[in-house]
Amino acid sequence: MSEAFSIVVDELVKRFRRFTAVNRISFSVARGEIFGLLGPNGSGKSTTIRMLCGLLTPTAGRVSVVGFDVARDPEEVRQHIGYMSQKFSLYNDLRVVENLEFFAGLYGVKGAQLTERIAWALEMAGLNGGEELITGDLAGGWKQRLALGCAVMHRPRVLLLDEPTAGVDPLSRRLFWELIHQMSADGVTVLVTTHYMDEAEYCNRLALIEAGRLVATGSPSELKRGAIRGDLLLVECAPLGRGLEIIKRQPGVLDAAVFGAALHVVVGAADRARAELPAALASAGVATSRIEPIAPSLEDAFVALAGKRHDLGATQ
Amino acid sequence: MNWRRTAAIGRKEFIQVRRDSRSLLIAVLLPLIQILMLGYGARLDADHIPVYVFDQEGSQDSQALLKRFQASRYFDVIQVVDNYPAITRAIDADRCKLGLVIPWDFSERLNDAHRTAVQALIDGTDDNSAQLAEGYAQAVVEGYSNDVQLKWFAIHGMSQQAVAPLAVDYRTWFNEELESKNFIIPGAIALVMALMGALLSSLTIAREWERGTMEQLIATPATAMEIMTGKLVPYLVIGLFDAALCTVFAVGWFNTPFRGSVTALFVTTVMFLIVILGIGYMISVATKSQLGASQYALLVTLLPTSLLSGFAFPIDQMPGPIRAITYVVYSRYYVTALKAIFLAGAGTRDLIPEISAMAVYAVVIGFFATRAFRKSL
Repeated sequence: MSEAFSIVVDELVKRFRRFTAVNRISFSVARGEIFGLLGPNGSGKSTTIRMLCGLLTPTAGRVSVVGFDVARDPEEVRQHIGYMSQKFSLYNDLRVVENLEFFAGLYGVKGAQLTERIAWALEMAGLNGGEELITGDLAGGWKQRLALGCAVMHRPRVLLLDEPTAGVDPLSRRLFWELIHQMSADGVTVLVTTHYMDEAEYCNRLALIEAGRLVATGSPSELKRGAIRGDLLLVECAPLGRGLEIIKRQPGVLDAAVFGAALHVVVGAADRARAELPAALASAGVATSRIEPIAPSLEDAFVALAGKRHDLGATQ
Repeated sequence: MNWRRTAAIGRKEFIQVRRDSRSLLIAVLLPLIQILMLGYGARLDADHIPVYVFDQEGSQDSQALLKRFQASRYFDVIQVVDNYPAITRAIDADRCKLGLVIPWDFSERLNDAHRTAVQALIDGTDDNSAQLAEGYAQAVVEGYSNDVQLKWFAIHGMSQQAVAPLAVDYRTWFNEELESKNFIIPGAIALVMALMGALLSSLTIAREWERGTMEQLIATPATAMEIMTGKLVPYLVIGLFDAALCTVFAVGWFNTPFRGSVTALFVTTVMFLIVILGIGYMISVATKSQLGASQYALLVTLLPTSLLSGFAFPIDQMPGPIRAITYVVYSRYYVTALKAIFLAGAGTRDLIPEISAMAVYAVVIGFFATRAFRKSL
């Protein structure tokens, strides 16, 4: 039994026919930690989380949750986890309280605890007085919190959330993360997948996943610091595409990428680049409207790290 | 198996059926409609056969014969015509099923002790009705002919007792009135059970896949066995309710006799439902789509039950190879049992062969059903 870690993933592989969805991923999550799997759609996050709760059988590798091997004791593991799948799969034709009672029954919650947990879940979801509502009639935010309530009816030690905030309004998203932080403070280990960079900032630790591979792990600030070697500049210019071409050819520029309507440029020295780049752009007919140093975001880190892997793959 | 988890699944399933108008329709209204339609529609006997008559003679004797046709509950003489083409036209236009032609020398030949005949023109488009009409007409004519003979003997001074012709006195057991509804309705219960059970159970697992709730369900500690039991027990209860409903309807509305034991009816119905629900459940697991599952389920349950179970088409009249196939049609045993319970007054002990056969099916289907569903995506 692993003492400090609630989740241990060791060299996990999942292949669907010839497509490798998850490629030798390893990480560990400490008790009470909020751990995020960050990556674009189709990068293998959901496949990984599904293997963690035994919904999919790994092709190779090992997963243990609260000390139990998922492959060997799936039912024991399921007793200790709460899982929320992507679409908050509640029964839409059941009333709110019927959904809660159903999951409570499945998790063996009974007696005084049952009444207490249902009252707690209703309170948490902001559904007090809405017990008799038909679940399908609820708006996204309420549905999401109700799904969370169902998933934690039995006070699981580990909570697995697959894209829990997809399709939910910003206010409900913040409310939801407050709930997650409360649970983590109570000692619940949370593993969450997301492709929202801003959401990833809420996590204690992150694993960046790209094309089934683990690119990096660390806290959000560690990732940002570690990924960018140099200074980061924001450059607004027109036309953007031509500007990117020119900038990439300049000496002292380590990396450049389009971010929204501007460019993020990694340079060796910010001051020199600020002085030289506008001139270089102007001589090629590109007008610079803004150039200033910025703090790197997770997205910068992600682009930098994912890009490095691509380069590695190309030279090998 | 954890009964609390099983009960939670069962309760949820029950609520869903109650709240889903489509399922509710299948569970309650469909059985009623089916039994009514089969009770009224699928009658195989013919009565009040419309008859046209061309009486060429118009004598007392010919009138006496016609009166016998009038008196029979099988025939209605609706028109007397005076030419032959009128009768053929009536048959062509489907105004009558039987045309009776009495020859001009009918009474003369009769009184001279000559052999005489009447002509019956029968519409043979429906061979079953045609055969029945022919048989009934023959019976009416024979009855008349016997009387004529007896009269002739009496007139010529022979004692009636000495010459009374030998007659077979038929007595039909179990369905004394030889009414086809008594033959159809008990078997119809099998049809109701097959339709209702297969449709509802084929939807259960497919519904969870289609609505995306299966993933959540698999992630809970409920085992495959608990999920199956929890999901099917409500349908077993609904099925038993439907069987009771059909029985009450059969006896109370259609006056079908119920002579056997209620226990036997209960035991055989439970076993039949286990088989049907198990099949529907396995199809549901395999197809993962509600539409596909319900179609397969009907194909596998309703079709053999309506054609090969002896429900409407007697098994001993089938050709050998088909008859051999019926032995593997599980519903055959239930239909046989139902008819024996309703009409022949059978009890559990009389039905040991049928119950054993169904038990084998229940065990085999149950075995495969418990292994059909794996808790995995």
